[in-house]
Amino acid sequence: MTFTPGTFWFEAWAAREALLVGLGVTLASAMLSIVMATVCGIAVGVALSYGWWWLSGLARLYVDVMRGIPLLVLILFTYYGLALFGINVPAFWAGVVALGAFATAHVAENFRGAVQSVPAGQMEAAKAIGLTFRQRLAYVILPQAFRRILPPWVNTALEIVKGTTLLSIIGVIELLLAAQQQMARNYMIVDFYLLTLALYLVINFTLAQLGGVLERRFSYLRY
Amino acid sequence: MIDYHFDWSVITRNWDKFTDALLLGLGLAVVSLAIGSVIGLLAAYARLSPRKWLSYLVWAYVEFIRCTPLLLLIFFLYFGLPEFDITVLDKSQSFVLSLSLYAGAYMCEVFRSGLASIPKQYVEAAKAIGLRPLQRQLYVVLPVMFRITLPAVSNNLISLFKDTSLAAAIAVPELTFTARQINANTFRVMEVWLTASGLYLVTAYVIATLLRLVERRYAAIR
Amino acid sequence: MSEPPLLQATNVRKHFGKVEVLKGIDLTMRQGQVVSLIGASGSGKTTFLRCINLLEEHDGGEILLDGDPIGYKLAGETRKRLSETKISAQRARMGMVFQQFNLFPHLTAAENVMLGLVKVQGKPKAEATDIASHWLGRVGLGERKDHYPYQLSGGQQQRVAIARAVAMQPRLLLFDEVTSALDPELVAEVLGVMQALAEAGMTMLLVSHEMLFVREVSHHVVFLDQGRVAQEGRPEDVFDHPENERLRSFLGRFHGLFGR
Repeated sequence: MTFTPGTFWFEAWAAREALLVGLGVTLASAMLSIVMATVCGIAVGVALSYGWWWLSGLARLYVDVMRGIPLLVLILFTYYGLALFGINVPAFWAGVVALGAFATAHVAENFRGAVQSVPAGQMEAAKAIGLTFRQRLAYVILPQAFRRILPPWVNTALEIVKGTTLLSIIGVIELLLAAQQQMARNYMIVDFYLLTLALYLVINFTLAQLGGVLERRFSYLRY
Repeated sequence: MIDYHFDWSVITRNWDKFTDALLLGLGLAVVSLAIGSVIGLLAAYARLSPRKWLSYLVWAYVEFIRCTPLLLLIFFLYFGLPEFDITVLDKSQSFVLSLSLYAGAYMCEVFRSGLASIPKQYVEAAKAIGLRPLQRQLYVVLPVMFRITLPAVSNNLISLFKDTSLAAAIAVPELTFTARQINANTFRVMEVWLTASGLYLVTAYVIATLLRLVERRYAAIR
Repeated sequence: MSEPPLLQATNVRKHFGKVEVLKGIDLTMRQGQVVSLIGASGSGKTTFLRCINLLEEHDGGEILLDGDPIGYKLAGETRKRLSETKISAQRARMGMVFQQFNLFPHLTAAENVMLGLVKVQGKPKAEATDIASHWLGRVGLGERKDHYPYQLSGGQQQRVAIARAVAMQPRLLLFDEVTSALDPELVAEVLGVMQALAEAGMTMLLVSHEMLFVREVSHHVVFLDQGRVAQEGRPEDVFDHPENERLRSFLGRFHGLFGR
């Protein structure tokens, strides 16, 4: 192995800082979006499952619209749209908001599914021992729903990490764009795409395995 | 809203561009779904094959695709293949190749669970009337499997249709690319993106409704 | 009148859509009594039980528990639905055991029993633990208190469910076909626990298809037919001298059981 300019290892080493910064932006945007999607998604999910008819209707509309529009369109719309309102947000934050809003719909839908998959008998047994509505949610329904929602939640996280690559299109220098900038300098297109791919695979494969582990861990919730 | 006046004439003037772009996206999605289904079906049989190495190979393919950002795959094939002197593919074809490989992995999972869920009695009954292995697959297993997997397949078609928006990144003139271009030329941000979003939404809704009708037609099997 | 009845149901009516399931049921229970509801499926017995515990809301008539109307407040002529909190408090005065056990799968046997003690009755955790151990011991599962439901057999799960209901010291225990979902060899252990409770003086209202058991433990048997009480009385009278034609044909189906 030679370590001279023009070889892959030399160029990779030379690009390490740029790539690591890009990786940091990828991880940061993914995590911020996941946090936002989790908080908002549960709120929308509760509205979807237990809201008054108009509230659950609104939540349903939100979820269906978000799931019918491509993520890229949402990102571009948010990016150009916010600028229009005179809100001068950096592309990074526009991207995080769009990703988060998108993933919110997925978390909400998963939440609704998880709540619905808890059999009616659980609610009745909780009523029979005299728990109030709030207690029934807190001690019986939600603990079960959360165990069921964790595996798809990890899956949503994986989709978000993949989705952060779309931020490159509005000029956020995350991992993909950082790598492309290096390619523009060293022309090692195949090598650098493979390197980038390897980094994504490490993150996402870990997430995928985590999802599998959680699914097995909570498989005892049989009825 | 800060001093924004809607001017929808930009949409009517460019309506043909929007519809052409929409149809191109739909075409890309359908072709990719078709190729992806063939890949997925072969892969599903390979995944269930008793040959361990073959099964693992397919597992690796599916996990690889599941963990790879689609945009990266699109760029890699579009910019990477010419490096290997493979220059026969134009932008759209290169994109279809990416999306088909992507769809293949997801279809493989759909078909695999579909094949696994077919009751053994069907196969046994097919054996009992003397059908040969290939006949059993063609006349019994596959027809049942397609009916079982139809809802998942239609979900995949909608996902693929939405994914065609990524073709914009390599300048394939589908809906997102076209919208972005009109946006850049006219600065009618709200009109352009509301229209694009609306077209995507309506199309996804129409696909879902049509396929639900097809599903109902075949729902007899339970 | 010496002592007011524990439960008094008068003219209870309930319909689902156009189908009238309960066409005016009367029932009086005194403390310490064991009453059984029998009847074909669809006769309304389970619905009646569920109305008592407010899992269904009756549309007419009145159910009094210790003299308090269940689910509704009577303001003159109009019925006003009680608040969610009041309804929960009323439910806490009754225990219910279900056909499908309905144990909470994310909690151990002991935690299943403790949930109501801690959250509804506000008992300290240590005390609730002791009560749970006591009752799990009484149903023969002292060794299994840290097991999760999926680690228990159907009969064991149902015994935990009984312990969960009894531990709350309810005024009245409702049993809804609690052995119907069990394998035949597991039925006896559950009936044994119920018999012990009956002998200890617990007030119990059961819906059951176990005719031998009903005959043995009940003080009073009510035969429901198409949403009405068709015949009721002491078990000997109901089983040995069925006057009602439908009761006779109903009992005929269990004939093998009485041929001893």
